Amino acid sequence: MSIRIFTRTGAAIAAICLFAGSGFAQTAAKPTDPQIAHIAYTADQIDMQAGQLALKKSKNKDVRAFASDMVRDHTAVNQKALALVKKLKVKPEDNPTSQQLSKQASDKRAELSKLNGAAFDKAYIDNEVAYHKTVNDALQNTLIPSASNQELKDLLTTGLKIFQGHQQHAEQVAAGIK
Amino acid sequence: MRRRRSRLSFGALPVLAAFAIVVAGPVRAEVIHVTMEQIAYMPAQISASVGDTVEWDNKDIVAHTATARDKSWDVVIAPNSKNSIMLKSAGTIEYYCRFHPNMVGQITVKARE
Repeated sequence: MSIRIFTRTGAAIAAICLFAGSGFAQTAAKPTDPQIAHIAYTADQIDMQAGQLALKKSKNKDVRAFASDMVRDHTAVNQKALALVKKLKVKPEDNPTSQQLSKQASDKRAELSKLNGAAFDKAYIDNEVAYHKTVNDALQNTLIPSASNQELKDLLTTGLKIFQGHQQHAEQVAAGIK
Repeated sequence: MRRRRSRLSFGALPVLAAFAIVVAGPVRAEVIHVTMEQIAYMPAQISASVGDTVEWDNKDIVAHTATARDKSWDVVIAPNSKNSIMLKSAGTIEYYCRFHPNMVGQITVKARE
């Protein structure tokens, strides 16, 4: 009985993870600091590239302003992260979560590249809302609690506040273009 | 002796008061400092008078704005820099950061007497 309930719960969780398409859901074990640094850097890099794509493709004023905010902020956070890992002598370590994030991002990029005009704007901004939500959940529930170095934890905490701001901003832009 | 001295200082009071007014002049406009740190305005709520200046000091790693909800002003503040505005009219102004709308602040501006 308990095994059956467990299996069902497990199946439900697996289904939710597949549905949400979240790379973070795959991490079972607690990530180490070198892995966390790699995940955070990868997540940042992905959103910066999405912003660069939007700046190439979109003509919508609000979407372009949001995209250039993303490029600027994620560049600033990544510079800070790189300076910190150098200072701490931490070598970011590739891991399945980073790999899955990169794979999903390149699929998304291919999908967005085929769209134009209002269809692109809507797909880009909807993805920005969903992406920031996923990243913020991961920061809050997995990455920040798992980080053992205090300076890394502090940078992730600042990052979370910045990205919560991005999520709200993306939601506002999304509401405006509907 | 003691009495005389007391009378003297009493007589000097109006002179001293007049001198104080000349030195201080009319009520001066102030500069109110708000720090931007950890994606928040600190303090988030301030009181000021018309003619005062609000100066934001951005200590965060990303750029911020101080943008009035009524669109009367919009100031961009780069990381590790300061920027300011002068308050021109009385009223309560709600403001926020256009880049990070989770940052919100409020300024209560009184008319200058």
